[in-house]
Amino acid sequence: MSERENTQEPFSIQALREGDRTEFARVVEAYSEKMYRLILKMLRNPQDAEDILQETFLKAYRGFEDFRGNAKISTWLYRIATNEALMFLRQKEEPKVSIDKQALADDGQAYNPMKIVDWCCLPEQELLSSEAMDYLDRAVDQLSESMRITFLLRDLEGLSTQETAEVLSISEAAVKTRLSRARMHLRERLSGYYGRKLDASPIDTPHHGGNTLEGSRS
Amino acid sequence: MKKERNCQELLTYLSDYIDDNIEDEALCDEIEEHVEACETCRIVVDTLKKTLYLYQTSAKQTVLPDQVRHRLYQRLDLEPYLPTDEES
Repeated sequence: MSERENTQEPFSIQALREGDRTEFARVVEAYSEKMYRLILKMLRNPQDAEDILQETFLKAYRGFEDFRGNAKISTWLYRIATNEALMFLRQKEEPKVSIDKQALADDGQAYNPMKIVDWCCLPEQELLSSEAMDYLDRAVDQLSESMRITFLLRDLEGLSTQETAEVLSISEAAVKTRLSRARMHLRERLSGYYGRKLDASPIDTPHHGGNTLEGSRS
Repeated sequence: MKKERNCQELLTYLSDYIDDNIEDEALCDEIEEHVEACETCRIVVDTLKKTLYLYQTSAKQTVLPDQVRHRLYQRLDLEPYLPTDEES
């Protein structure tokens, strides 16, 4: 595909292919923070995240020569960053389950919400306290690898379903399934956490802790 | 019984529903009506939306530290292109 055909792209693919430093610097400036955020959320260690961030852009610079412009540069960069971060994680620790088994588990049975507590009324300062932010990160850590990366790309980085599917080389249907399960799992975890905060706060709510879907399984 | 079974069925669409991504208008209307009438599902929808809002708000707080940016540009031999304070 020629550069002209890819009208949405704000960078000159031709210049990048030829190793143009100025154009590459523009790409780095545009995407370094986004890539850093994704990698940091995946690895949860600033030093490791910095190393992988550097690797990502080194690989990108070398890879531009073969970049055909079939995907957007941002999608391509997310793919490199994701692969580098996943490779790092896999080298660091032995995976307990194979990717196939994990994917099976992610796409398995429907999710039943158990914690039905309306904690939306909690004050913003409580919802966004540093303790709460830490809890949010830990809840993401507990997702399976494939659900975690899908959630981070779609909901934190704001990629579309199609872009996320391209980054992860999976179908759009698989993105939707994983995202739905990740979101419901996180909602459940946060409901447990903020529900306890609600217990400790003087706010009176008529819906507090009452309802459950537990009995409605068919 | 019917209402409870509907809760379970409609739950599978909630993620698409909050993304405004359900093409089937009849299904979308059905979910809307159900959520209006069913307190439990309303809470699930509201807390699901709030969950995403909190994650998105928290993500905005993660910035690229200046030192990390500096070392990245160094590693890439791009130091002359480092944005100055006025630019960034």
